[in-house]
Amino acid sequence: MKTRVLLVDDEEQFVQALSERLALRDYDITTSLSGDDALKKIKRYNYDVVILDVAMPGIDGIYALREIKKMKPLTEVIMLTGQGTVETAIEGMKLGAFDFLMKPCNTEDLDTKIKKAQARKAEHEERIRAAKVSDIISSPRSVLKDD
Amino acid sequence: MRILKKLKPTFWDHEDIATGPYKHHFNFRRIWKRAILATATVALVPLIIWAVAGYKLNLDTIESELVLRTSQLMSNSWRSVSLFLSERRSVLDFIAHDNNFETLNDPSRLAAMLDNLNKRFGGFTDLGVIDSKGIQRTHVGSHQLKGLDYNNQPWFREVLKRGVYISELVLGFRNEPHLDFAVKRNLPDGSFFVLRAALKPRQLNELIVQLEVGEKEDLFIINREGVLQTPSRYYGPVLRKIPMAVPEYSSKERVLESKNDQNEQIVIGCAYIPETPFILMIVNQKGDLIQPWYKTRWAFTFILATSILLILLVTLGVATHLVDQIHDADQERVDTLHQVEYANKMVSLGRLASGVAHEINNPLAIINEKVGHIRDIFTMTETYAKDPKLISLVESVLSTVHRCGTVTKRLLNFARHLNVSIQTINLSEIINEVKSVLAKEAEFRCITVGVAVSDNIPPFESDRGKLEQIFFNLFNNAIGAMNDGGHLEIRAKREDLDFISVTFSDNGRGIPESDLKHIFKPFFYSKTGESGTGLGLSVTYALVQEIGGTISVQSQLGKGTCFNIRIPLKMAEKNQKDSLT
Repeated sequence: MKTRVLLVDDEEQFVQALSERLALRDYDITTSLSGDDALKKIKRYNYDVVILDVAMPGIDGIYALREIKKMKPLTEVIMLTGQGTVETAIEGMKLGAFDFLMKPCNTEDLDTKIKKAQARKAEHEERIRAAKVSDIISSPRSVLKDD
Repeated sequence: MRILKKLKPTFWDHEDIATGPYKHHFNFRRIWKRAILATATVALVPLIIWAVAGYKLNLDTIESELVLRTSQLMSNSWRSVSLFLSERRSVLDFIAHDNNFETLNDPSRLAAMLDNLNKRFGGFTDLGVIDSKGIQRTHVGSHQLKGLDYNNQPWFREVLKRGVYISELVLGFRNEPHLDFAVKRNLPDGSFFVLRAALKPRQLNELIVQLEVGEKEDLFIINREGVLQTPSRYYGPVLRKIPMAVPEYSSKERVLESKNDQNEQIVIGCAYIPETPFILMIVNQKGDLIQPWYKTRWAFTFILATSILLILLVTLGVATHLVDQIHDADQERVDTLHQVEYANKMVSLGRLASGVAHEINNPLAIINEKVGHIRDIFTMTETYAKDPKLISLVESVLSTVHRCGTVTKRLLNFARHLNVSIQTINLSEIINEVKSVLAKEAEFRCITVGVAVSDNIPPFESDRGKLEQIFFNLFNNAIGAMNDGGHLEIRAKREDLDFISVTFSDNGRGIPESDLKHIFKPFFYSKTGESGTGLGLSVTYALVQEIGGTISVQSQLGKGTCFNIRIPLKMAEKNQKDSLT
């Protein structure tokens, strides 16, 4: 299964170019041009990795990150920052971002980071699944419970 | 000169470097001068007025006392001398009237009288009886003068006219200084006779010597021509003329001030003794009399001078101190103004820089992606993949974009450094934050990171952004210097009262000793073949200095490197100022 990636940035040109490039690298890419729109999409669909610009009009990256972690804690977020400041990076990492990248970024770096993020998410999910399985084995009735 | 330089207050050479409208409030020298002038005037003028008035009053008092004293001495002496003379005259008068002419003409009786007189009074040398024709009829005494004719002598004329006569000091026929006393007795038959006595002046001299009180006082008697009748301390023996004018006649004693021939101030007291040719005189050296006053005057002048000096010193000190304080306060105000202005300027500059960088960064990112896309298409489409020219063109565009990116990042970094944000810092929090940012990379390369922050580090005030940047740079450096599987140890402890120390020690390749002294210089880098601007450590060095700390390094080739930063618990004001400039 292709990795599902949501790319969020307010620069349409940037989003378009990067999404096409990532598509070439065999990702399932969805784009979003605002934080607001991105949150709606995340609520509705499940993404493996979200690439999130920090500086956006309206809902900014940090706020969006907080919301994402509330809604879908397992979704990994890679922050893109144009400001190149350590503070923003620290802030992001504190809130649970997987990693950060400075714009303009090296596509190969981004590629590697998406793969790592995806791997971690998969690992998390695997662990949860294993836990559930053992839960079911030990107590089959728990299947009947809601998640 | 050196002391003067030390004493010179700071405001003296004050020159307002930031002179401009509304900045320059005070002319310190003028304030200082005015303060001193006003204070000194208010304090000194009354003091001097009081001193001069007091001085004059004192002098007047002393002078009038001096006059009073002379005049008292004068009247006392006058009384004594008058009494002395009138006593002798009266006793002669009594003898003349108590005995008739015949008894007196008996030389043995007359001799007995002279003997009695000498026993009672002393000093009488001769006694003689002169008839109305001026012929000395009887005479007893030391000299044989019987039969002399006195008819034409002036004193005889005088005694005829006034009935009684006391002569001035005369030599007479005997050529020996003496005083003559003469009384006339009118007889019932209309004729008369004169009883005459000669007196040695010794007793009068003794009397005057007894009367003299002060050591420097001169009491003596002169006649109306100014010839000395008794010896004088200053003007010599008897019968010498004194070198000063004879005071005019006055019935009362008088005190005058004058100057003697040596031009010294003297006080003269004089009194005419009635019915005699004598004038009693006292001469006092004024200078000697005022001597005690002069001593007082010295003390007085000394106290006055000391007071004036003290007042001047205190005034000077207080004025200098106050103006210095005003100067300091003003300087602080101007500095603050200056600083605020400068800070504002730098903040604006920072905003501009970060704005520009940010605005350029986004288009750069787009170019990056577009060109990246082109390259992707080239590499993935067989038609273009074999065209090395196209690929190299695209690569060069990408590397140029990367260069631009570096520039904007630096610009942003620069802008960030302009903002000083002093916050209360929890050291372990910051270290852990920085660690979390770089943990991924470390983890990826199997580098373990140990953090040991001792508990006795209190929260302290510093620039959070700068601290983060410093830690980030050192962390990054350490990771860069180590091979996969290395270990980085971050240790923080309190060094002393004012400093904490943070060490970053890695077990990487280490730095050659020859490089150690250069590593903090800009554009020096040893990570050969690896990316880097060679600015990391120099920037770190500058940042550490900006927060008032120091950074040092120890390294052993092949074993590792240890960076040690000392961070002050309280940022000095000077450093805050410096970090603005």
